[in-house]
Amino acid sequence: MSERLRVNPIACEAHGMCAELLPERVTLDDWGYPIVDDRPLPPALLDHARRAAQACPTLALLLERDRRR
Amino acid sequence: MSNVGLVADRFADRGAAERRLADGGEDAGQAPALLPRLLRGLHGQGQMSLEEHLSVHGQVATARARRRRQESPLIATVEQAGLRGCGGAGFPTATKLRAVAGARGRAIVVVNAAEGEPASRKDRTLMELLPHLVLDGAELAAQAVGADEIIVCVCETVPASQQSAVTAIDERRRHAGARVRTHLSLVPGHYVAGQESALVNYLGGGAAVPTFTPPLPFERGVRRRPTLVSNAETLAHLALIARHGPEWFRQLGTPSQPGSALVTLSGPVSQPGVYEIEHGASLTSLVDAAGGITSPPRALLVGGYGGSWIGGELLPGVVLSDEHLAAHGATLGAGVLALLSADACAVAETARVARWLADQSSGQCGPCVYGLDAIATGVEELASGVRTGAAAQRVTRLAGLVRRRGACGHPDGAARFVTSALETFAPEFSEHAHNGPCEACTRYSELPLPSPTPARARGRARAGGARARDSR
Repeated sequence: MSERLRVNPIACEAHGMCAELLPERVTLDDWGYPIVDDRPLPPALLDHARRAAQACPTLALLLERDRRR
Repeated sequence: MSNVGLVADRFADRGAAERRLADGGEDAGQAPALLPRLLRGLHGQGQMSLEEHLSVHGQVATARARRRRQESPLIATVEQAGLRGCGGAGFPTATKLRAVAGARGRAIVVVNAAEGEPASRKDRTLMELLPHLVLDGAELAAQAVGADEIIVCVCETVPASQQSAVTAIDERRRHAGARVRTHLSLVPGHYVAGQESALVNYLGGGAAVPTFTPPLPFERGVRRRPTLVSNAETLAHLALIARHGPEWFRQLGTPSQPGSALVTLSGPVSQPGVYEIEHGASLTSLVDAAGGITSPPRALLVGGYGGSWIGGELLPGVVLSDEHLAAHGATLGAGVLALLSADACAVAETARVARWLADQSSGQCGPCVYGLDAIATGVEELASGVRTGAAAQRVTRLAGLVRRRGACGHPDGAARFVTSALETFAPEFSEHAHNGPCEACTRYSELPLPSPTPARARGRARAGGARARDSR
């Protein structure tokens, strides 16, 4: 079962922590909002991804297991 | 490709319905294989009463599940018919029914006739003239998913739909035929209010703005109950499929897109309005049924303001099925077919709609708030000749940037509309970028927009700067 990153765009307020903590997977757009690479995370990045998700001040960065529909 | 797409009854925008093809007084309930289907029996004197409706379509033989916990046979029937949602997304209706039926708890059925799409009039027309067909479908769907409540959502700015829905619900109550509690809800008129999660949020007491999913409405919808949100036209088709079966439904249309569809034709034709077409009909047959072209079209917008343009030179070959339209990067969506005449300024029209789309953002997701505003500004600059050269590329880049970055599909739709316009109207954009506004820019505007533009639902206040927004 693979895990992917996803942003809740309603909750996100462009603090930019995710891009600081996980530049491998997150870049920022023209307005400071994250552009997330949503391919399955390799094991080496999982811990970093979890840390980035926990560090988000609005808890808008989500680590999701694959689900149907 | 089938070209027999007969266009049936049409009615003018102002409700003065006018029969085009007589349906020759068949016996009640007998299924006409061809068109009209949904629009059958329309008489031009406003709403069809319950009595008239039953004399045209007959009673529904309700097929209930034989045992509790057993799936309603209607779901398999709808699956065989291949019915897909007519609200724009085209999701298979049987899959949705099955998901709601299988979810825990008493379900609710929501009839979506909010129709925030300014160029579409089909759902309001259905609600206004043929509410019983829609309500039949809603009751059948409610039985199939085990719902004990139906909420009919119409736009608060369309009094005719409201009045008709009230009358029809009341008629059914008195007629004892109504087995499911049905009530009306008036929803705000802005563009995203009819989006599934926005509707559910609104009916649950919140604002009519999209929410983050999951949970999807079938898991946790109105009042946390499993909720089937279905477009009004989809339910009307369902009401006929329940009567006549899947084979009948498939007698029209293409194998991948069976049946008929309501479309809203606007622009330079003699009789713009709502028409019922067969999937796979030619655009030409529809335009002929609408009395022909009144001035040469520059392009056709397919699917609404989240849709795509097809250049005028290609129009004679256009076939109204998703299979064919895919080659043009378009889908029929909610059935909007807006012709733009060559007299209008395509650049000014694009700028106007792009700004409107930006204003319709519900203000929740940063990429939508800032992105659509920046895109609209870019198009306005191109239209006024302020920017030249790389400005078009900049707008294209921004359009790519906002895709799949909102809680709903609004930014994607707006991006599609603008990129498609930049491609289709490339000569005009280049002309404006170099020479500034043209003579037609201010002469008149053709693409329908609500006036005055409703303010965005929730706060410009929140769009005041990403880092300065209120925390919740």
